[in-house]
This record gives sequence, structure tokens and C-alpha cells, in this order.
Amino acid sequence: MRTAALLNFCASIGSTQLSIWIQDHGESFVPAVQVIHILSISAILISTLMINARILGFGFSDRALNLVIKRFSPAIYLALTCLLLTGVAMIIGEPARSLANIAFQVKMLFLLSALLIFFIFKKTANQDPQYWEKSHQRQFFAKLLALTSIVLWIGIVFAGRWIAYL
Amino acid sequence: MLMNTIIDLLNWLNDSQLAVLISENDYLFPWIESIHVLAITIFFGSLALVDLRLIGLAFLEKTIYRVSEAILPLTWIAFGIALITGSLLFISKAITYSHNTFFLAKMCLLICAGINMMIFQKITGRDMADWGVGNHIPLSARLAGLISLLLWISIIICGRWIGFTLTPTMGS
Repeated sequence: MRTAALLNFCASIGSTQLSIWIQDHGESFVPAVQVIHILSISAILISTLMINARILGFGFSDRALNLVIKRFSPAIYLALTCLLLTGVAMIIGEPARSLANIAFQVKMLFLLSALLIFFIFKKTANQDPQYWEKSHQRQFFAKLLALTSIVLWIGIVFAGRWIAYL
Repeated sequence: MLMNTIIDLLNWLNDSQLAVLISENDYLFPWIESIHVLAITIFFGSLALVDLRLIGLAFLEKTIYRVSEAILPLTWIAFGIALITGSLLFISKAITYSHNTFFLAKMCLLICAGINMMIFQKITGRDMADWGVGNHIPLSARLAGLISLLLWISIIICGRWIGFTLTPTMGS
């Protein structure tokens, strides 16, 4: 998606004082922001992977799903906050490079889907920790969702790197 | 003498068919780089879980032995993938990278992280299997966890800075 309205919007962000400051300090500001972004990705990736591993039957078998989710939720929320702040900083610095980039748009779509899966598991497991174990169909569906989540997070990392190339 | 051998090796790598293939193809470098980043994030995230347990900040209800046993296989697989993809990226511009300060710093820090881990394996953590739950872990071991975390964060910092400081250098 690369509509005229989107490009106009990018241009208006690009002419703000903040954007100009980031562009002027890009040499050290951008890599610093990217390091925080990568470390946060690392935290959220491993946290969701642990939750998905529990659902797929690869660990934490002594703990109910809601407790595993509860344990990793603070890390996920902290990482999400850092990702949002550093992501927005990078967008303000180079709006057209990100917002109008197909890789960025795919990344956001994947991110929303992955978060949706996380919140589905969180809400259902909070209401009933055994919710996903009550029938074979539910077990199967939970595993399918967990696998989808893993694929989406891998896709997010890939799409993120490809923003620089597309 | 040694310096000449290194320069010869770098030149040979730089001009190898593999290097030409990766650097001349529009998609190979970004694909390898994407896999490298994915491997690094999984490697660092999983290792951080073990380090945080060592330091005494997480999973205190589990022994360090159990946490390592469950997590470290994933850490090593991710490290292997990062090593292979990292080597491929290096080969594609061997001479340029070898002139980059942040690349050289990253390699030194990698060696430090390896030494830190070896000291832990051979000395500090020799009786790891006997350590119970909670925070009853020798201070030296907790320190090893902290040093590991700081070293790997520095390695990631250097890695990201390489991409911003590369200046093409002609082979000599």
C-alpha cells in the first residue's frame, strides 16, 4: 500500500522538528534505538516461545497455562512498550522508508495477529486454566494457534529486517 | 608473517565464488542476514533466561541445573545458526569487515564471552548439579551470569553498529 495520502502523511511527519533532529543525529541515534528494538524483540520472542512451547507440550508441564502466561506477561508488556517507543522513533526519523514499505505493513499485520493469539490464550486461560485441554478439538486448535504464533513472530523478525531492503 | 597469512586468507575469502555469489545476488545477503538476526534474538533471549536464573532474578523455584537443561539446547542451536550465517555474511565482504572497528570489537567480545563460559563450566559451575532452588548460588556464579548478559548485550551493540560504519575497502 502506497497511496498519495499515506505519502503526504509521511512527508508531513518528515518535516517536523523531531524528525529533522533524528535525521541529523541518525548516525548514532538510529543504531542505538535499533539495539533496544532488537533486545526487546528478543525478550518478546523468547517469552511467547515459552508460552507456545507449554501449549505444544514441550515444557512447563508442571504448571497451568495461566501461570505460565502470567509469568511471562510482564516481560511481554515491557518489551512491547520499548518496541512501540523505539519503533515510533524510527518511523519519525524516516517515515516513508517505514510506513510506505510493504515489509513494514506486513510486519504490522503479523504483529497484530500474533498479539491477538496471545490475548486469546491469556483471556481463555485466565477464565479456565484447563480450557484448551477439555477436548481433542480444542487441544488441536490450541496447538495450531501456537504454531501460527511462532511462524508469525519469525515472520515479524524477517519482515523487520527486510524494511531496510525493500 | 602471520599478518601476511591473514591478509592472504582474507583476500582469498573475499574473492571466493561464495563471496561473489552472496554479494552479487540482490536477495541472498538480506535472507542470510534475516536468519542471522532471528538466530541472535532466540540465542540472546534464551541465554538471558539462564543468566537471569543464575543472577537470581527469575525462576528461583527451579534449580539452575533444570533451567539450563531445558533451555540451553535451544540456545546452542540458535548459536550454531548465528555462527554459520554470520560467517557467510563475513565472507561476502571479508576485507571490508576486517577493517571495521566494531566488527573487530565484536570478535574480541565473543572470545571474552567464550572464556567467561568456559570458566563457569570448568571451575565456578562444576558442582552446579548440587545447587538447590532459590538464591543459594555462589557469588562467583551469579557474577558469571551478569558478565555474560553484559558481554552479549555489548556484542549485539557492536553488531548493529557494524551496519552503520561499513566503508567499502579495496582489497590489498
